[in-house]
Amino acid sequence: MSGPVSGPVSGEVPEPDEVTEPWWEATRRRVLLVQRCGACGHAQHPPRALCTACGSARDLGWTEASGAAEVDACTVVERAMPGFTPPYVVARVRLAEGVLLLSNVVADDPYQVGGGDPLRLDWRPLPDGRALPVFVPSER
Amino acid sequence: MSGGVVRGGVVRGGVVRGGVVRGGVVRGGVVRGGVVSGGVVSGGATGAATRPTSTGVAIVGAAESDLGVTGRSILGLQAQAIGRAIEDAGLTLADIDGLATTGVSRFSATQVADYLGLRPSWTDSTFAGGSAFEMYVARAAQAIEAGQCGTVVISYASNQRSARSRSLAGVVETHTPEAQFETPYGPLYPISYYAMAAQQYLHRYGGSREALAEVAVAAREWALLNPAAFRHGAGPLTAADVLAAPMASTPLTTADCCLVTDGGGAVVLTSLDRARDLPKPPVRVLGYGECTTNTSMTAVDDLTVTGAVESGRAAFARAGLTPGDVDVAEVYDSFTITVVLTLEALGFCGRGETLDWIAGGRIRPGGDFPLDTSGGGLSYCHPGQYGVLLLVEAVRQLRGECGARQVPGAEIALAHGTGGILSTHATVLLGVDR
Repeated sequence: MSGPVSGPVSGEVPEPDEVTEPWWEATRRRVLLVQRCGACGHAQHPPRALCTACGSARDLGWTEASGAAEVDACTVVERAMPGFTPPYVVARVRLAEGVLLLSNVVADDPYQVGGGDPLRLDWRPLPDGRALPVFVPSER
Repeated sequence: MSGGVVRGGVVRGGVVRGGVVRGGVVRGGVVRGGVVSGGVVSGGATGAATRPTSTGVAIVGAAESDLGVTGRSILGLQAQAIGRAIEDAGLTLADIDGLATTGVSRFSATQVADYLGLRPSWTDSTFAGGSAFEMYVARAAQAIEAGQCGTVVISYASNQRSARSRSLAGVVETHTPEAQFETPYGPLYPISYYAMAAQQYLHRYGGSREALAEVAVAAREWALLNPAAFRHGAGPLTAADVLAAPMASTPLTTADCCLVTDGGGAVVLTSLDRARDLPKPPVRVLGYGECTTNTSMTAVDDLTVTGAVESGRAAFARAGLTPGDVDVAEVYDSFTITVVLTLEALGFCGRGETLDWIAGGRIRPGGDFPLDTSGGGLSYCHPGQYGVLLLVEAVRQLRGECGARQVPGAEIALAHGTGGILSTHATVLLGVDR
């Protein structure tokens, strides 16, 4: 599916810190970054000040995600949360690059979203110009 | 006791595998010829826990505070639980020189020490959700054995139901990565994480929501036997009732989720030597283990395999016991899925097998695996961090104090705490003093 992304409307997202700023800045260009360790090649999310695989803090960089992903695990939230309109899908999404992100899957029927479903990247704009990466079902 | 008994002796050479002792040392422990399911005690245990060394520490007092809807303050409930546990132990406040607690304030143990008028030589306020209390048992045993203190109270209380202090969104501090990368997507905290674990488990192993509901159904059966249980008078629960309850976060309904109640409890620990001079039979701390895995919802690669694998392996190895030796299990049931994941992680059955294994009444009263005999967090009491009440029930079962819900002849009990979003896992093995 395509078209405008609908779904939960959250409140403010906290300001980035010195480690996460490049990741959030890239969302202004609708680019999803994955942090990668130049020393050992490990990819990780969320971004950290060191590599959790080798411990190196010296050679951390970024790669651009292709946007291809699949559902690792998901749940349809039905209880009202402040600022959100149920039902909506919260999912662990595994990027083609290997890392897991928590996100929303925006689907016509949230109850049809299941483990292993192929996804593609979409964006939900934030008021300050940043954007949240979200996902929509795609054909494999 | 079944065959192949090694008691209080030294068995050289090993690891306990399938009821056979090979390659290591069993000291002062009990090795029974139980079955090792899932190969939990099979070498490679982490840290120093490969060498069975049952502690020289015992639980000598255990009590609940008022439970349910109390209208009381946190410190009022704490004082009630601690006072009752000390009285149960045949001790006085002046005997207490160690204190472990959480959930009171930023300075939880300090706050309670002040409130009780104590100047303890050892405190612990490790914050690890519902598993903190099983962790405190380990630290208290170490502190007592090291001589830093002599008698420890582990306590907890919450008035969350009276105070209406529980939020579906949980508490996420704005400086944490979760606030930037997870909270904006609206997960219920912690429900949605357990819901995703349940979805992954049912999807992978082909289980049904009805089969998962057995955990809640059995918990209710136990609660009907426990006059202190919040749902004691509520009547039986069926799988259909669980499925028909309001959906919280698929596939978990509100009946798959623990209660939100006031309540608290306390246990008193001291050296086994001293314990033998006190009025109640000592409950020995035979083993413990813990594992901390995550705060974020994406850190653990496989949602169906928890840190209870490591905590259980360490606890069984330290105690020189196997899952087949456990007579009664008090396993944290924050959600139905928590129990399913924990039982197989601890090695009671194989991976992906729990739903089949618990079907047919095994975990209900009268079944061959008595589980969460108080009625659990699902039907007895869940004051936010329930782990201390797992210990209270385990102690009572080993003392034979449980009335209609007593497991006949229980000699070995397991208490397993789980905190956060399957974040922290701590296993304690307790046994009668023989």
